[in-house]
Amino acid sequence: MNRVDTKAFMKRAGRFLATVSVAVSALAFAQAASAQTLTIESWRNDDADVWNNQIIPAFNKKYPNIKVQFKADPPTEYNAALNARLAGGTAGDLITCRPFDASLDLFKKGQLTSVNDVKGIENFSDVARSAWSTDDGKTTFCMPMASVIHGFIYNKAIFDELKLTPPKTMAEFHALLDKIKSDGNYTPIAMGTADQWEAATMGFQNIGVNYWKGEEGRKALIEGKQKLTDPAYVETFKELASWAPYMGDGYKSQKYPDTQNLFTLGRAAIYPAGSWDIPIFRKQADFEFDAFAPPVPDASGKCYISDHTDIALGINAKSKNIEAAKTFLSWIASSEFADIYANALPGFFPLSKEKVTVKDPVAAKFVGWRDTCESSIRNSYQILSRGTPNLENELWNVSAQVINGTMKSDEAAKKVEDGLASWYEPHKK
Amino acid sequence: MSTQSIQSSLPLESAPMRSGFPMHIAVFLAPAVIVYSVFSIYPLIDTIRLSFYAGDQSGVRHFAGWDNFRTLLADPAWSGQFWNALRNNLMFFAIHMVVQNGIGLGLAMLLSLPRLTGGSIYRTLIFLPTMLSVVIIGFIWQLILNPLWGIAPSLLKAVGLGSLFGPWLGQESTALVTVSLISVWQFVGIPMMLIYAALINIPDDLLDAATVDGAGPFSVFWFVRLPLILPTLGVVSILTFVANFNAFDLIYAVKGALAGPNFSTDILGTFFYRTFFGYQLQVGSPTMGATVATAMLVVILIGVMIYLFGVQRRLQRHAF
Repeated sequence: MNRVDTKAFMKRAGRFLATVSVAVSALAFAQAASAQTLTIESWRNDDADVWNNQIIPAFNKKYPNIKVQFKADPPTEYNAALNARLAGGTAGDLITCRPFDASLDLFKKGQLTSVNDVKGIENFSDVARSAWSTDDGKTTFCMPMASVIHGFIYNKAIFDELKLTPPKTMAEFHALLDKIKSDGNYTPIAMGTADQWEAATMGFQNIGVNYWKGEEGRKALIEGKQKLTDPAYVETFKELASWAPYMGDGYKSQKYPDTQNLFTLGRAAIYPAGSWDIPIFRKQADFEFDAFAPPVPDASGKCYISDHTDIALGINAKSKNIEAAKTFLSWIASSEFADIYANALPGFFPLSKEKVTVKDPVAAKFVGWRDTCESSIRNSYQILSRGTPNLENELWNVSAQVINGTMKSDEAAKKVEDGLASWYEPHKK
Repeated sequence: MSTQSIQSSLPLESAPMRSGFPMHIAVFLAPAVIVYSVFSIYPLIDTIRLSFYAGDQSGVRHFAGWDNFRTLLADPAWSGQFWNALRNNLMFFAIHMVVQNGIGLGLAMLLSLPRLTGGSIYRTLIFLPTMLSVVIIGFIWQLILNPLWGIAPSLLKAVGLGSLFGPWLGQESTALVTVSLISVWQFVGIPMMLIYAALINIPDDLLDAATVDGAGPFSVFWFVRLPLILPTLGVVSILTFVANFNAFDLIYAVKGALAGPNFSTDILGTFFYRTFFGYQLQVGSPTMGATVATAMLVVILIGVMIYLFGVQRRLQRHAF
């Protein structure tokens, strides 16, 4: 080695040593600090700002001794990443829970603890807890946080221009769509089938609750008293198929962001929505928008909404700070948290029984339907997606196909029923 | 013997060094063997081992024999998806073989023209997409082909062919071909470069001799150049085969893990991803995923064996 090389080498070695020592001391420091630091695992990377700037500071005002860290993965990677970290023992103390089986699976593996004894759990109804309880309903393993509601968001400017009023029934809805279409300036329905889930979630689950009468139909399906080939489900598919002529050019390869842009650019009149779209539209749309509940097939009956339990928080069974984690969960169950969450993220509605005032007018309208209509959750989530093929993925597939015109509504119903009957006992008869 | 006499005259401690295991070979091989074993061979064998296990609800695994493979190949819920993915994968491969390698060969021929100006510029431009991230490729092409704001529909309209445009990425009949062609567009530079390197390696004397003997350009290509680049074409084919049957990223970036519409773009890679990691409400199964991975390994192995015994051994190599 010549002199220059030696010098460079020494320099590099020195730098390396310095880095290592800094890293080691940082690690040691983290270890020492972790005694009262809680880490939250989440897929809501969009909400990191809200957690860091509003929720956690509010919590620390009451509990200054517990430090909380919010750590989020992209939604599509969350399940895989979380499973790997739980298996490796490096997961955070608090785990954001997906509804139903994904979390139930973690509980059965002993990776989540029961939260039955955590103060505040009594603030939640059985329906709210059902998404994070064992099948017998006895043990709840995550503290419910929020639900999302389906409905239709419409462009008020377009409605005013064409002198339209929000529809109540399916007949009115179709008359409205025809009017927008004959005007020719706007796409009546902003929706695409490329991502498939849009067709199933914003379409099938959104309008379907009115056909299968909410919880009544959902429970009958689980008990095997109803089949997916029953008229209620075929009718839902038929209704979906009738949307195709009103959708944008090339809706078959239109993806979710395309759909959002189509609406926020003011080129489409009606957007079959999930309430989680509200904060994004608030930011992007420069026109006024409003919402109407899913139209009912006939005006005489009750109305139903899909009020889907979507997000909860549980405790990692291997956490070293279980007591602190429990304190945090009790606070999550309080009305203080519900108030912050509902207003920082309009469109995510707290599940607790306590009254929360939602300030965003459109979000308030969504949550207001809870008073006039009956709430239900998506029918494919509890139990029915446990086997192969799983009902949720099947519904994505056939809903998109029905709208694409590659499958008839009764064929779609038969395909999902056959898939379910192939592994689910109550449907085998 | 003379060696013996030399040995006996050497100091005692050096004797075992000579007669024993040749340590230097082990030392020189060690880095490659260790890295290869730890990062390739061990995971491969462990994957195969895992495919013979099944997990229950509490996450405990037990030996299950051939059960997973029976499920994969005989249970309609699994086999339908598996054969569909394999069929699509073969189609994906066929399109690459014909279009990508065909165009690659053509481009290489054009680049090797003796009087071509700006050859290196073309070469760089055509090779450029290969170096871009698949996510970017997927994003760009989705924008180009977007029926709402894409450039493709307006371009076609400008030349009066607007009626030809369709939502190609969203139709069951066209989605797989479209995705394949996007992948072809990205990777066409690789066969082009390999074949180009082989072509410029052919001595001019051979081509001149053929021309003097009265061969036209077509005969020169068919009877002189093509036989000489056959080994390279073989390498290109096997590279395409292995890359295609391991493909995943582009489909995932463009169509998601559910590879819609109606699984028409589902290939073995996306099928494996869904099985192993799960998707939406489908809970992932590492053991079933390992089974799919093992099946993929077998498919690739069969393909490589066919090439090795059927093609490779018959190829004649020429040294100049």
